[in-house]
Amino acid sequence: MADDPQVHIAIQALTMAYGQFVIQRDLNFNVYRGDVFVIMGGSGCGKSTLLKHMLGLITPTRGDILYEGHSFTHASPEEQNAMRQSWGITYQSGGLFSAMSMAENVALPLQLYTDNSDAEIADIVAYKLALVGLAGYQEFYPSEISGGMRKRAALARAIALDPDILFFDEPSAGLDPISSRLLDELIVQMQETLGATVVMVTHELPSIFDIATNSVYLDANSRTMIAYGDPRELRDHTDQAVVRQFLKRGSTPAGENSNGQ
Amino acid sequence: MDHQQAEFQLHQDDQLTTVVLSGDWVQGQLKGKFSEFESALAAGPITRVTISGTAVGASDSALVAFLLKCHDACQSRQIDFHIDAMPAGTDQLLTLATAVKPHRESKQSGASWLASINPVDMLRAAVQTCRESLAFIGEVAIALTQLVRGKANTRLVDFWSFCYQAGPDAFAIISLVSVLVGMILAYLGAVQLQQFGAEVYVADLVVIGMLREMGVLMTAIVMAGRTGAAYAAQLGTMQTNEEIDAITTMGISPMEFLVIPRMLALVAVMPLLTIYANILGIFGGSIVASGMGISPTQYVAEGATVINFTHISVGLIKSVVFGVLIAIAGCRAGINSGRSSAAVGQAATQAVVTAIVYLIIADAAINILFQQLGM
Repeated sequence: MADDPQVHIAIQALTMAYGQFVIQRDLNFNVYRGDVFVIMGGSGCGKSTLLKHMLGLITPTRGDILYEGHSFTHASPEEQNAMRQSWGITYQSGGLFSAMSMAENVALPLQLYTDNSDAEIADIVAYKLALVGLAGYQEFYPSEISGGMRKRAALARAIALDPDILFFDEPSAGLDPISSRLLDELIVQMQETLGATVVMVTHELPSIFDIATNSVYLDANSRTMIAYGDPRELRDHTDQAVVRQFLKRGSTPAGENSNGQ
Repeated sequence: MDHQQAEFQLHQDDQLTTVVLSGDWVQGQLKGKFSEFESALAAGPITRVTISGTAVGASDSALVAFLLKCHDACQSRQIDFHIDAMPAGTDQLLTLATAVKPHRESKQSGASWLASINPVDMLRAAVQTCRESLAFIGEVAIALTQLVRGKANTRLVDFWSFCYQAGPDAFAIISLVSVLVGMILAYLGAVQLQQFGAEVYVADLVVIGMLREMGVLMTAIVMAGRTGAAYAAQLGTMQTNEEIDAITTMGISPMEFLVIPRMLALVAVMPLLTIYANILGIFGGSIVASGMGISPTQYVAEGATVINFTHISVGLIKSVVFGVLIAIAGCRAGINSGRSSAAVGQAATQAVVTAIVYLIIADAAINILFQQLGM
């Protein structure tokens, strides 16, 4: 599927601002179908804001966001909702509805957007929860399970409708290294089996190098993107010192490559 | 989109069964398929099942969901389960879905409603609630002694901001309610008094009614709904955000830091609001009275004969007690709230309900007490 990359999401001349305060300007990049695309950058550079723009929670000041060639920014609210149905989204703290059990959380999109019978929905819910390793947790409420389980449950809800695009905001924030690794593997497996495109905001380096196939680096000082490409390539070959430093965890870019290729 | 009917066929070969799926295995097509499969399993001694997907057309999550159920059913009967020639990715998904054993220890389901009206349990719960309330009141009392000794971590700035929220912000609603209550009292009395030609005593009725009872009670009920619920929601949200944990681990007592300023603010504001409500209520009564031909002068003159310190102080004493009760009901519900959005909603509801129950009981008790004291 990767032989001829197809543009899935295109960000065109996007400027994000709160009133007069510009966060990032002139963002231009493509996310290809089947990519695991990472939005990187230091704290406060606007990573999550960019994600919120892509999700349509904030309207761009200038520029456009295209999904499969269709403008999302200029679509009517109904069209936007129709486009959103093929997305699965997990939020930083999960975004699970605390008043609903796991089963109800995962079943909600199915009840809203499919006309399946209750029994069928229950089967699919059981399957999606099993996929994220939460089989048998149907009747538990978000407050009764651990943070890592909540993240996985949020993933189960995100993939309920077999989405085309999966968005993650800091998927492994606050998880121990093992859980975070498992979650990464799960994301890749979902991506491979569903054939979905993954867009995630993260600054977990191990995650970035393990699973990302493409990335963009937003710089907080110049307020624009300064690097685009496979993060492993960027680490070794980019001419942007800031990006190299970020990807090498702050160790001074003296030029030596300890883990030579 | 038209889908081919999803079907499967069993090929039994001794104790090995091959199930060949055909058609489109998509959502909305699989009604009853699993129970058919299960009855086929139950029908004969089978030791190995292979599900073959050679003839599957379209497929989506429904297929894997079905396979997962088949897998679990076979596992519980100790039958070998295999899949064969499934659409791309299905094997991987099924492996992933079966990697972690299902969590079997189900949580104890909510007791049936019949069990929940068991009188013994209800009594026990009521006793428990009373004990918790008393414990809470005790903690408040300890925090108050700390405050009096000057050792409490109560911030004056919090107290002022709560006073503002509870006081001036409530003027509009208190004004409306008290004028109307004054008018209602006047109407109620006027109809009866007219029969004796004693309309002018409407003023006495309204003045005594407002000062002793209605002014303070209506103010308290409004404040229970307005401020008591707000306290519960604030503290409940703080509980959810782990703010109360943060306060506790900083070595600050949540009682001193959160509950005391709220309670003192209500205690300070309630008497003032009550006086305000009394004045407006008496004014409301005068509107009705003038409609019945009693001039404002007459109304005021008659009313003034019954106003005395006792009536006013009865209302003010009640207002202080009610302020404490509303704050306790609201803060207790908030501090004991669960850590979810639903729990915060419950806390707010509980705060209002408890406060109103407290208010009515306390009002009755105070009335009996004052009657015994001859006030």
